[in-house]
Amino acid sequence: MAKEYDLVIIGAGPGGLSAGLYAARSRLKCVALEKRVPGGQITDTERVDNYPGFPDGVLGVELGQLMHQQAERAGMEMEYAEVTSLTLEGNSKRVATTEGGYLAKAVIITSGANPMKLGVPGESEFTGRGVSYCSVCDGPFFTGKPIAVVGGGDSAVEEGDYLTRFASQVTLVHRRDELRATKVLQERAFSNKKMDFRWNTVVEAIRGSSVVSALELRDVKTGQKATLEVPAVFIYVGLRPNIEFLNGLIKLDSGGHIAVNLWMETQVPGIFAAGDVRCNSAKQVVSAAGDGATAAIAAERYIKEWRP
Amino acid sequence: MGNIKTVDDTTFETAVLKASRPVLVDFWGEHCPPCVALAPVFEEMAQEYADRVDFYKLNVGDNRKVPATYSILSIPTLILFKGGKPVQQMVGFRGKAALKKLLEAA
Repeated sequence: MAKEYDLVIIGAGPGGLSAGLYAARSRLKCVALEKRVPGGQITDTERVDNYPGFPDGVLGVELGQLMHQQAERAGMEMEYAEVTSLTLEGNSKRVATTEGGYLAKAVIITSGANPMKLGVPGESEFTGRGVSYCSVCDGPFFTGKPIAVVGGGDSAVEEGDYLTRFASQVTLVHRRDELRATKVLQERAFSNKKMDFRWNTVVEAIRGSSVVSALELRDVKTGQKATLEVPAVFIYVGLRPNIEFLNGLIKLDSGGHIAVNLWMETQVPGIFAAGDVRCNSAKQVVSAAGDGATAAIAAERYIKEWRP
Repeated sequence: MGNIKTVDDTTFETAVLKASRPVLVDFWGEHCPPCVALAPVFEEMAQEYADRVDFYKLNVGDNRKVPATYSILSIPTLILFKGGKPVQQMVGFRGKAALKKLLEAA
C-alpha cells in the first residue's frame, strides 16, 4: 500500500528542507525523501560562507542538520529512500522509491544536481585513484605534491584555493582566458602563491598505471599539446541535474533542467521544481532555500483546490 | 558502533584477510563530509547483515600501509573482501540502496 500525503518532496537539500518547513507550518501532511543525507550538495563542501546569518561561515554538514531539525520540528517527516519514478494517477502523483510507494496531491522536486564529468579517457578508470570530485575528502592524500584542478567557476576556484593547504602547488586548468568565479574568490586565488593557471587549456586524457600520473593537455588557441605530471586531478566543471526518475514526464531545458515559472510550477499541475534542478537557477544555497519556500506556498494553494 | 569494529595497518591481515566470513571495510577520514554522512547508514547495514558479514572501519589518516596497498586515494571507499580478496568496491557515499547492492555480493 502506498503511503498517502498532501505533499511529497523529492530531495532534502536546502530547497527541499525549506519547502518542508513552509509546508509543515501550513499544516500540510508532508514527507521529504532523501537518498543520502540532509543538506545535499552542501555536505560535500567544508564550509558555507555565503549563507546569510552565519558571519563566520558554517560547516556544510552542520547547516544541513540545522535545516533538517528545523523542518522536522515544524512537522515535516523524513524518509531515506531513492526515488525511482514519478507518474500521474488522475490528479494524484505516485512516487515510487527503493523503499516503497507514496501517493501525493502535490510533489516538489528538489533533487538537486551532481558534479559533471569531464568525459575524457581515463576519467572513470581512475576515479578514486587520483581523479576526485571532493577536495575536502581527498586533499590530504596529496600533501606536499603538485596537483591539478579543472574548471573556472566558483567551485573550481574555491576548492583549488582550499587544496593549497595540502598540495605543494595547484595548477588550475581552464578552457577560457578568464575565470567565471565570484570576484572575492578570484582575488583570493590570484594572491595565493601556490596557485598557478593554465588558460585556454583543456584536458584531453588522464593517464596512469594503477593511479594517475599525468594529464594530457591541449591549448585551444594554438593547438599545442603538453603533459602535466600530477598524481591527482580534482574536477569542478559544472553540475548535472538529477532527473533520471522523471522519464520524460516533465518538460526540460537543453541542459536537462526542469522548466518552471516564477511560482516554481512545472507544466504539470501540482508538480513543482526548486533549487539546482530547475532552469535558470543561480545554484546557490540561499536561492535554493528561497525557491523551496516559493514552491511550498504555491503547492499549498494548489492542494487547497485539489479534487481527486 | 556495536557491530562495527576498528581495524588498522597491523591488525588488517588477521581481521580482514584471514576472516572466515565476508568483510566490508569502510576506509574513512576525519573532516570528510560524505564519510560523516555514510556513518549512520554503515551502522544500520552492520546491524542488518550482522549474521553474515563483518564490518570494519579503517582511518586513512592514521594508517597509510593498507590504503596504499589497495591504491585508495579517495574517501569514503568501501571494499568488500571475500577469502582475503577484494570482490566489490565503491568510491564515495552513494546512498543506502547502492550500499545494499554492494552487500548482495557478500
